[in-house]
Amino acid sequence: MSTATLTPVPAKTAGPPPTKPKRRRGWVFHAVMAPLTLLWVAPMVFVLVLAFRSFDDIAANGTAAWPVSLSLEGFREALGRGTMGRALWTSVQVTVPAVLLSLLLASWAAYALSRFHIPGRRAILLTMLAGNLLPPQILLIPVSRVMESLGIYDTLYALVAIHVGFGLGFYTFVLHGFMRSIPEELTEAARIDGAGVVQIYARIIMPLCRPSLAALGALATTWIFNDLIWAITVLRTEAKLPVTAALLNLQGGYVSNWNVVAAASVIAAVPTAIVFFAFQRHFVSGLLMGSSK
Amino acid sequence: MTALAAPPRKKRLRAVPKVVWFFLLIPAAVEIGMVFWPAVNSFYLSLTEWNGLGAAKPVGLDNFKNLFADDIFRGALWNNVIWAIGFGGLSVLGGLALAVALNRPRRGVGLYRSAIYLPMVFSLAVTGLFWRVQYQPDGTINTLLGAVGLESVEKQWLANPDTALYAVLIAAVWRQVGYVMVLYLAGLKSTDPTLDDAAATDGAGPWQRFRYVTWPQLRGVNTVVFAVTVIDSLRTFDIVWAMTQGGPYHSSELLSTYMFQQGFTFLNLGYASAIAVVIFALALIFIITYLVRATKEEVA
Repeated sequence: MSTATLTPVPAKTAGPPPTKPKRRRGWVFHAVMAPLTLLWVAPMVFVLVLAFRSFDDIAANGTAAWPVSLSLEGFREALGRGTMGRALWTSVQVTVPAVLLSLLLASWAAYALSRFHIPGRRAILLTMLAGNLLPPQILLIPVSRVMESLGIYDTLYALVAIHVGFGLGFYTFVLHGFMRSIPEELTEAARIDGAGVVQIYARIIMPLCRPSLAALGALATTWIFNDLIWAITVLRTEAKLPVTAALLNLQGGYVSNWNVVAAASVIAAVPTAIVFFAFQRHFVSGLLMGSSK
Repeated sequence: MTALAAPPRKKRLRAVPKVVWFFLLIPAAVEIGMVFWPAVNSFYLSLTEWNGLGAAKPVGLDNFKNLFADDIFRGALWNNVIWAIGFGGLSVLGGLALAVALNRPRRGVGLYRSAIYLPMVFSLAVTGLFWRVQYQPDGTINTLLGAVGLESVEKQWLANPDTALYAVLIAAVWRQVGYVMVLYLAGLKSTDPTLDDAAATDGAGPWQRFRYVTWPQLRGVNTVVFAVTVIDSLRTFDIVWAMTQGGPYHSSELLSTYMFQQGFTFLNLGYASAIAVVIFALALIFIITYLVRATKEEVA
């Protein structure tokens, strides 16, 4: 690796000596990247600040002004009358079971397809993946009909069901790739020792899959938590809407209360940001599994 | 190729245990019920006229004929083309440039990378609201323009039919660039650094090295990024719904938002299904691209 030569030498002298091109390049790099990065995070910072301003302040000085005082008014309003508090809880109730169920079912399918000679297993795998790549628009209307005929339309079960069904193909594909890389000898040895198919799955395969399950879990959590289109497709009652959909409703109700709208979007953004920071490494590797591997 | 499938596999050819079938069939049944069966139904519904009550009335290809005479649909289709090119082009250019800039480890790179892919964790709806705030008449964008003496450029960005689509597009790109950057960073990691060093020793400039040494090695990633971006841009719904709902006067209407309106606001279920079928047809080629690539990886 040639990285050593490229790292700018930490020197105490002020002012770059003009004879060291490497060092000057490092300075240019930061001169471009630092403002760009600031520009990138500026919208987030701005919304965060706005969320902590009072309505009177915004009304008097406009949304783009410096805050004159900090207030929790926006958050109080958003969580209370704006129903974001309830919506957060709804989202948890949908996201947790949907993620767990998706990964469980996907691991079953991946196990079956990766360890056994099921006829046409490649075709099955790719078909399942293809299902996940379909544009959701082609499913919306029939899915709401399917939920009606199952008697779960406008319930959170419907939302969990569609998240599980729609995500399965992708999760299966990724887990399959991982399970295939587990050496045959390992499971073969367990089989000779008398372990059954289910035991091998539970005691050997699943523990070994923990890294990819974590990555997929982080990814699935943000996808499901962030979903909008399925929620507004299978739910009708406003009181049942999860965070993202509730946020849009709130926006309609608080047209010029920008502090409330900003606070509500911060509330909707915080959980995924936490997942992101807690699982940053998993998260990035999860994204890569999906696309370039 | 033919010799590969011979004897060593024999041991694995024993019968598949019954319980394994359950392992496969339960997930498969869920996916069939939630995805494939509904998808097939959409094709059928696209050939009917239906408001959700009673039986759907078959009308043959009428919906599709009406679609192509429908100015809003044609506008949405055109907007989708602009969207795919703008959203795809800008996020690929931005993501690739940033990946190249942030590829080699040096001080601060981790911080820059995190900041740039942070927006990706927010939902598209949250992103939409974040940017709605900036685009307000007295929001940051107009204020900044005013501060540098460009009052004449100030606009109601989202309420102006000339700018609404592009205003939404910028917000979407802001979120997507980090994702594309991550993909390219991975791609760059798998390139051979010695080639680059060799080219540098031979006196190749940075642009030449990128163009003739690095770029050819990114072919695989490019295919994936291309397919993913186009599929994503055909799916785009949330951010438009959050920012403009397709307005004003359908100026930011995409196929997906128009489909949703027809289906769930006006209950023209047959007509909406026909739009969905068009979206599917457009996505199909890119889905196949992605699958072919996935297959290659499976084999490798």
